Amino acid sequence: MISLQSVSKQFPGSKGAAVEDLSMEIAEGETVVLVGPSGCGKTTTMRMINRLIEPTSGTIVVDGRDVMKQDPVRLRRGIGYVIQSIGLMPHRTVAQNIATVPKLEGWDDERIRTRTEELVGIFDLDPELLGRYPGELSGGQRQRVGVARALAVDPPVMLMDEPFAAVDPIVRARLQDQFLDIQDRLKKTIVFVTHDIDEAIKMADRIAILNKGGVIEQYAPPEEILREPANDFVKEFVGVERGLKRLALVAVSDIQIEDGPVVAPSAGTDEAKQAMERFGFDWVSVVDDGELQGWVDRASLDGARSVADAKPRPFGAYVTASSSLREALDSIVTSRTQVAVVVSEGQRYLGVLSLERISKEITS
Amino acid sequence: MTVTLSAEPFVRWSWVAGHLHDIRIHFVEHIELTVIAVAIGLVISLPLAVYSHRHRRAYPPVTFVTGLMYTVPSLALFAFLVPFTGLTTTTAEIGLVSYTLLILIRNVVAGLAGVPEDVKDAARGMGYTDRQLLWRVELPLAAPVIVAGIRIATVTTIGLVTVTALIGKGGLGYFILKGYRESFPTSTLIGGVLSVLLATLVDALLLFAQRVLTPWARASRVRAFA
Repeated sequence: MISLQSVSKQFPGSKGAAVEDLSMEIAEGETVVLVGPSGCGKTTTMRMINRLIEPTSGTIVVDGRDVMKQDPVRLRRGIGYVIQSIGLMPHRTVAQNIATVPKLEGWDDERIRTRTEELVGIFDLDPELLGRYPGELSGGQRQRVGVARALAVDPPVMLMDEPFAAVDPIVRARLQDQFLDIQDRLKKTIVFVTHDIDEAIKMADRIAILNKGGVIEQYAPPEEILREPANDFVKEFVGVERGLKRLALVAVSDIQIEDGPVVAPSAGTDEAKQAMERFGFDWVSVVDDGELQGWVDRASLDGARSVADAKPRPFGAYVTASSSLREALDSIVTSRTQVAVVVSEGQRYLGVLSLERISKEITS
Repeated sequence: MTVTLSAEPFVRWSWVAGHLHDIRIHFVEHIELTVIAVAIGLVISLPLAVYSHRHRRAYPPVTFVTGLMYTVPSLALFAFLVPFTGLTTTTAEIGLVSYTLLILIRNVVAGLAGVPEDVKDAARGMGYTDRQLLWRVELPLAAPVIVAGIRIATVTTIGLVTVTALIGKGGLGYFILKGYRESFPTSTLIGGVLSVLLATLVDALLLFAQRVLTPWARASRVRAFA
């Protein structure tokens, strides 16, 4: 979808190129995050795609067409653009801001109104905001309006330069989640610039880690960058807690879970004790026809006639197949049973996940 | 002992009542001279200011020339122009316009310079042409500062119009000069007071117009937290 071929940018009067001989391919529907220290040329690289900065040499192809052979104004109207400070027009209402590119493209009022309503729905905006000026909005509201505005004519490609950096961490996390959700449905091709490796890990299908002069140190999916950093620069940039960060990217369903000890409520206490022994546990899950009821331990079985009689207690926390290993780890370290119980929808018992199993996954 | 040089009162109301028609004609002329001066001033200042804003090197010479014009005493300027353009409205307007330029250009440039960089970057990134950026983003956002300049230029011009009475124009200045020449305070007072009233009124009107045209300027001062 986007192809950069030996692209260089030399700003007049500065020694050394901002970007030198950079080549990369970005597939359709993919979110690629350019990340690196300040001065690594990540923003310059992004801005060359819609020609806000003209490359000194090299070729940039978007959707099969060389950008240098197109009218820059037309090119930009077909590419969504979001910047850190958002840059909403202070003299236009929220509705007018969202309608910016449709208006430039000469859409009629009816079509603009329909599209605006649609975007308000997608971004879960309060329709009352439409008549307000940007100066009356909170930071989080401004960011959402900015992204909605960039999507107004439904461009296939989006350029986003630190779009969530100007808000506090709680609002940022919410905006990121919402955007991931929207991107899941819209499948845009996105070039996303950030200096925050955690944001990159969270948002990216692939991360390009850039060094000074736009040198790509590694271009790979987040999980691979965390598992096998290409060199010391990447290792240092990714920082500490590499293992923990990786856990957040692996789903429970991606790894082999264990069966764990299971008995039916109608089972006798001897059967329950045998199940515990088989796994070396001092407790057992109580599953009635596939549905998880809770757990009983060895002590509560004393004097009981059956497992049901021992009054199974509910688990404090579960994880599902789509939970991350990081959530599973949290469940393990905070539960008395020292394992994470995995269930599917409707409380169907799937198995258990132990610390050893997760650790084996990280070190493999 | 009180010395009364004449029986002439400070304001002779009967004269005022008898000259209402005259007063109205000069009042209207005063407004005309002012509006033409500020309008032509704007037409000259806007392109010069926009050019100076885009090409920073053009700004010092532009302010130097208009600043020089601003410092020339108005009396001297009119005296200098009369041999060329005669006792005409043209002579009056050349002088009046030249005094608005420095004020207007400075304010337009300051207004354009105050437009946030991120708004311009976002606009360019969304595919505004340079012309659309100027008319739909930069000038509207600079409007409060530009209107502030128009207010100063207009009030200054209203005062200066009275001086053009010396070349047979002058609007309300006609009465000021007449009162001085004929030692007739009623006439001077009428000219002076009406001129001040006009300046105050127009200033208030322009402020009101700016408030109506830029509702967002007040809205942005009220930040929401949600």
